Amino acid sequence: MMSDLRELYQEMILDHGRNPRHHCAMPEANRIANGFNQFCGDRLTLYLKLEQDKISLVSFQGSGCAISMASASLMSEILSGKMINEAENLFNNFHQLLTHDTTTLQQLPDLEKLAVFAGVKAYPARVKCATLAWHTLQAALKQTTEWVSTED
Amino acid sequence: MKIFDVKKIRADFPILQQKIKGKPLVYLDNAASTQKPYSVIERLDHYYRYENSNVHRGIHTLSELATEEFELSREKIQQFIHAKSFAEIIFVRGTTEAINLVAQTYGLSQIKAGDEIIISHMEHHANIVPWQILCSQTDAKLRIIPINEAGELLLEEYYRLLNPKTKLVAICHISNTLGTINPIKQIIDNAHANSPKTKVLIDGAQAVAHQKVDVQALDCDFYVFSGHKLFAPTGIGVLYGKQELLATLPPYQGGGSMITEVHLERSHYREPPYKFEAGTPHIAGAIGLGAAIDYLNQFNFDEIKQHEQQLLNYANKNLQSIQGLNLIGTAKEKTAILNFTVNDSRGMRIHGHDISDVLNTEAGVAVRAGQHCTMPLMQRFNVDSTVRASLAFYNNKEDIDALINGLQALKQLFR
Repeated sequence: MMSDLRELYQEMILDHGRNPRHHCAMPEANRIANGFNQFCGDRLTLYLKLEQDKISLVSFQGSGCAISMASASLMSEILSGKMINEAENLFNNFHQLLTHDTTTLQQLPDLEKLAVFAGVKAYPARVKCATLAWHTLQAALKQTTEWVSTED
Repeated sequence: MKIFDVKKIRADFPILQQKIKGKPLVYLDNAASTQKPYSVIERLDHYYRYENSNVHRGIHTLSELATEEFELSREKIQQFIHAKSFAEIIFVRGTTEAINLVAQTYGLSQIKAGDEIIISHMEHHANIVPWQILCSQTDAKLRIIPINEAGELLLEEYYRLLNPKTKLVAICHISNTLGTINPIKQIIDNAHANSPKTKVLIDGAQAVAHQKVDVQALDCDFYVFSGHKLFAPTGIGVLYGKQELLATLPPYQGGGSMITEVHLERSHYREPPYKFEAGTPHIAGAIGLGAAIDYLNQFNFDEIKQHEQQLLNYANKNLQSIQGLNLIGTAKEKTAILNFTVNDSRGMRIHGHDISDVLNTEAGVAVRAGQHCTMPLMQRFNVDSTVRASLAFYNNKEDIDALINGLQALKQLFR
């Protein structure tokens, strides 16, 4: 029973969903963007501290479902210290993992812990939850202060 | 009248025979939209196969047939809500359009700077935003009736809000989020006692499928509802307005059908209801709504209500077995809408979206999760997302059992 659901709600997702890391405002941030998922009302504010092309610090505030909170939490962990172009590659790979039927984890080794979201693929309505933080990241990197929506 | 037999009623709704992820569909999202019986589905099919044509236009057999059926539906609706005249029944796209129509005709022509419009804290966005738009157009003021913790209107506050500037009271018959049945007769009588110029609009979207509505007995000035929450197609709805009031209103949209004479400089408008029905209407939808009313007329609303109340009691009792479940909306007078949050064993709230996904996957249960188009109400209860199970007369105890089983699975997953 519940094998499908356990695939979606992996222990790591439940853990990060309940206790999101880097869940705070960042006074020293030099990029801030807001994300909004119209479908379920989730909102988050993403804070970045960029040092030239490097993302040195990431944090976020907001509330939402376990998937969206865990995604923002794990994203903030994996991005700290990454270069901007590495972050963009990660997002592309992450998006591919969630939306392409034939993509396997072996093809995307750099995803590291983000691999726990592989189960989201079976729940198309939840892809937006998992990608809200990443869409907001893109807005922050483009330095727009507009609300971004997952409706694109 | 037919004997009320849920098993037989369920057999009338083909979609209820469907499986979701291998489990029988348990449809508990009726406040969002109801399912359609065979008779409605077949009526649409029949219309498009044998009657499809434009109404009030061509002098040919099909056009006459379509017009006749379309107008017959209007009469069925008139009888269904006990309106005085067919001219009081205006076809619109749904509740939302009906409210916007009233705001932009009655509101824009009668409401001036400094006038007041009263709504309540439990309104659907469709009964908030059109009035905000009107207020920004006219400099009128929006006044809000507060509610108590159970989700009931504070009537004393309502009486205090009424004053000579009050031009309109717009209130829901039944709250889509809380299930509260508002004492609308009292609200209407007090508005009219305040001043003959205080008009009342009742948002009946959540009421028409669950209880008998008699607009003459209520004496409301406007009553609005959607077809798709009444077992009829989407895209069709009804604005009821008192004939003498409709006669004084300017048109809503301009176009074909709503005119008697058009010159390049000016036009003459038809009498209501046609004055408010510009363009080709949703003919099939209107005829489908008539078929849905025919279907409902087989039953007695007292029996429907009794059945739904029994299910509500059964659900209320069984939901108590789910630890950490908190019901929002516990009015004494309420319909079968169960709105709740669930905490995990550590006391942390599980998000509505997670709950509804588990219910769907684990138990085939369809519920609504989120804010239910009532953001101010959600803020009032300090919640950002809840789950709503809303019942119709085709639901049964097994549906409630499936909901409980799904919630137990949720508690296992989110320990």
